[in-house]
Amino acid sequence: MRLPDTTAGARILGIGSIQPDHVVTNADLEKRVETDDAWIRSRVGIAERRIADAETSLPDLAVEAGKAALKDAAFDPAELDAVVVATCTMPNPIPNAAAQVATGVGAAGVAAFDVNAACAGFCYGLGVAADMVRAGTARHVLVIGAEKLSDWIDWDDRSTCIIFADAAGAAVVGPAATGDEVGVGPVAWGSAGDRADAIRILGDTTNKLHQEGQAVFRWATTAVAPVALDAVERAGLTPADVDVLIPHQANLRIVEAIAKKLRQKGAREDMVVADDIVHSGNTSSASIPMALDHMRAAGRVRSGDVLLLVGFGAGLSYAGQVVVCP
Amino acid sequence: MADNAEILSGLAEIVEEVAGIDTAEVTREKSFVDDLDIDSLSMVEIAVQAEDKFGAKIPDDQLAELKTVGDAVDFIAKHQ
Repeated sequence: MRLPDTTAGARILGIGSIQPDHVVTNADLEKRVETDDAWIRSRVGIAERRIADAETSLPDLAVEAGKAALKDAAFDPAELDAVVVATCTMPNPIPNAAAQVATGVGAAGVAAFDVNAACAGFCYGLGVAADMVRAGTARHVLVIGAEKLSDWIDWDDRSTCIIFADAAGAAVVGPAATGDEVGVGPVAWGSAGDRADAIRILGDTTNKLHQEGQAVFRWATTAVAPVALDAVERAGLTPADVDVLIPHQANLRIVEAIAKKLRQKGAREDMVVADDIVHSGNTSSASIPMALDHMRAAGRVRSGDVLLLVGFGAGLSYAGQVVVCP
Repeated sequence: MADNAEILSGLAEIVEEVAGIDTAEVTREKSFVDDLDIDSLSMVEIAVQAEDKFGAKIPDDQLAELKTVGDAVDFIAKHQ
């Protein structure tokens, strides 16, 4: 037997994202459930979110985000070796999204599989993709976080319908340009299966998402910062090296709590912190790559910046890594 | 172990840090929700910090029962 040639480092070559056109404002939700703009903004920090129409499928969103990342990387999809789609909102258990998404982006026939780690999915997928590149299993991998959460939301449940939204974000991962370059740091990841009930799609006839809001808030504001710090340490860096913090956009107050904890551990006051949730809602596995894409477009993140990504959510699952902005 | 006066002053400092309410406002008879305008998520943050400070476990279901500052002080005193 023999093994493929390995590569020392992997990096992100390009990123992209897509959101549906239809904007749902807090005022729109006031007409549907008993809530109001001030309450939503103070509890979750969301002003508006975007929802896909019935004709747009989850793979459609994933394909558009994938194409955007390939364009950003100026990379020919025919040269891809694998497509990984992180998602927890496919309409049915089979078929998966990744195979049809591979075909859709112009990479028909490549290895393609889905990762379900919910809101941690993109960081899980990125970790696996980077390791595939390093091990020589693949030279170039397209990683996409895509969700159509609107299909799984009870629009009469004011505790969840104000939070979740639809989107997709993607990254092209490939070998580092030089032998000693590390563009994607080691992943810090784990799970808490004893808390599986905290966020779940109810297995009854409603089939809608349910969340133990307080319990999840407590977990996210206490357990996630240590994961982020672990990712920094595994990368051989210190919190002061982090230019940009991009936590999963679950709730602005959770994002701020994580940032506060990192600053208590040495992260800089001028560290940029993603707040994409304000205009995008919580888009689960799509939120991290989309926030990065939006922040780069707005000039808040520049090529070469040290980014700390950390995803966390249903499972419970969590994963984070340090990456260099392409 | 902290006595009730120490728990009250420690709790008031936590409430000030989490919710920006002056420590002088945090007195035993005050309701967290009605008087101090503290929402359920801030209550979780206060509980987490109080657990660290006093070594008393405050589960979410118990937290909902702590209506006033005095309720919280008594609960912490009993469970620290």
